[in-house]
Amino acid sequence: MTTKRAFLAAMLAAAAFVPGTASAQAITEIKIGTEGAYPPYNNLNAKKELEGFEIDYMNDLCARMKVKCTWVVQDWDGIIPALLSKKYDVIVAGMNATPERAKRVDFTDVYTSTPIAMVGAKSITSTNISPDALKGKTLGAQGSTIHMNYLEAYYKGSTLRPYPTQEEANLDLLNGRLDYIVADLEALESFLKDKGKDCCKIIAEVKRDAAIHGPGVGMALRKGEDALKAMINKAIAESKADGSLDKHAMKWLGKKAIQ
Amino acid sequence: MSWCELPGYWLGLEVLERYGCRMADGLVITMQLVAISSLLGFFLAVGLALLRLRGPRPVRWAIAGYTTFFRGTPLLCQLFLIYYGLGTFRLFWQDVGLWWFFRDPLYCCLLAFTINTAAYQAEILRGSLQALPKGQIEAARALGMRPVAIFIKVEMPQALIIGLRPLGNELITMIKVSAIASLVTLFDLMGATRLAFARSFDLSIYLVAALIYLALVEIVRRIWNQMEARLTRHMVLR
Repeated sequence: MTTKRAFLAAMLAAAAFVPGTASAQAITEIKIGTEGAYPPYNNLNAKKELEGFEIDYMNDLCARMKVKCTWVVQDWDGIIPALLSKKYDVIVAGMNATPERAKRVDFTDVYTSTPIAMVGAKSITSTNISPDALKGKTLGAQGSTIHMNYLEAYYKGSTLRPYPTQEEANLDLLNGRLDYIVADLEALESFLKDKGKDCCKIIAEVKRDAAIHGPGVGMALRKGEDALKAMINKAIAESKADGSLDKHAMKWLGKKAIQ
Repeated sequence: MSWCELPGYWLGLEVLERYGCRMADGLVITMQLVAISSLLGFFLAVGLALLRLRGPRPVRWAIAGYTTFFRGTPLLCQLFLIYYGLGTFRLFWQDVGLWWFFRDPLYCCLLAFTINTAAYQAEILRGSLQALPKGQIEAARALGMRPVAIFIKVEMPQALIIGLRPLGNELITMIKVSAIASLVTLFDLMGATRLAFARSFDLSIYLVAALIYLALVEIVRRIWNQMEARLTRHMVLR
């Protein structure tokens, strides 16, 4: 029954996006939602083109799956609601497969696992980032992320500030309103190479907490889209086996996708 | 169980039960923002309206420029200019000892909202003062009243009758636009709602927030009805 329903759902999804040409088995076109504001994973460059590790990687998977892929840029805050209301079929936006999100959406297999870090002013000498050590400090992160959830869960004695995008949090660290920001290490590194060069440094890495951070980054799909999920999982497995996942990761992140 | 979890419990709405206390805290911040900025804005607006009408010419021009700018540009843009724009001059603010003010998003919001609403309220008051018949002031002068007394006892009460409804509209607008405070990291009512939604993905929390804003606006409307009845009690036909 459930496979039949999933099959029907996949058919309907295909029919909805390619009216008239939908065949019974094949998904021929998928829409992909991403944020476009999280370099080096996904970013809109000055020419308004999407670029980054996830863009290259997903385009690779699309070629593998022989489907036509269309990218849709969507603000982070609405990225899951827009998936649920069928603005696109899959989210590829550095999203960690957390238990909390898994209640609402399905995740594919993990394709990268990002280290998490705290960044602060260069003048900070201590590498102690325990909640006790940061009591009374002002900490920032992008809102609706695992990082904000992590701060909310453990850093109750600090002032917490959520930002609509990571770039605004970076800006406020630069301005000196924040003492620390928490984010994925690569996103922070690209900030430190660029605008944050003179002001800030990585203070310490944050240990992953399975209940909050999840096992790693996966692609999110609507529940019940099992045919699409199986197709993407197969492509992910192939890309892991033939080394092309790591090829894209080396290009953009400077290291292997899964440590 | 604390009181702020009760509405969600009674309604059987899990998301409201879990985040009811955050919503209540947010409501307090929203009310603080609106009340303080509207009140400060009103006092500022009285002065601005007077100077706009009776000040020296350069002052009149300056105030006309101020109201044109702040009524003609989006409040969100003004807020970002203050929060991120002025925020970049940290060393300067530290030198003049004002960094504590510009560091805090609440103060930045209050500043942006106050100068914005002052511009609107000043224009409302200017129009109301101009609408008064000249004979009123001439009669008061003939009675030997001083300018300050004329302003407080003759002009303002009558200007407020004319300006009361538009001022109420401005307050209602402020209640609604105060939601943009959540974009500069404040957990006002909207900020708390966004947090609750981001955690639960339950859209009904936005409906709850909408109803709370609606209730606030309805309360203002009723208070304004009372105030109008009080201010115009001498004009009621018996």
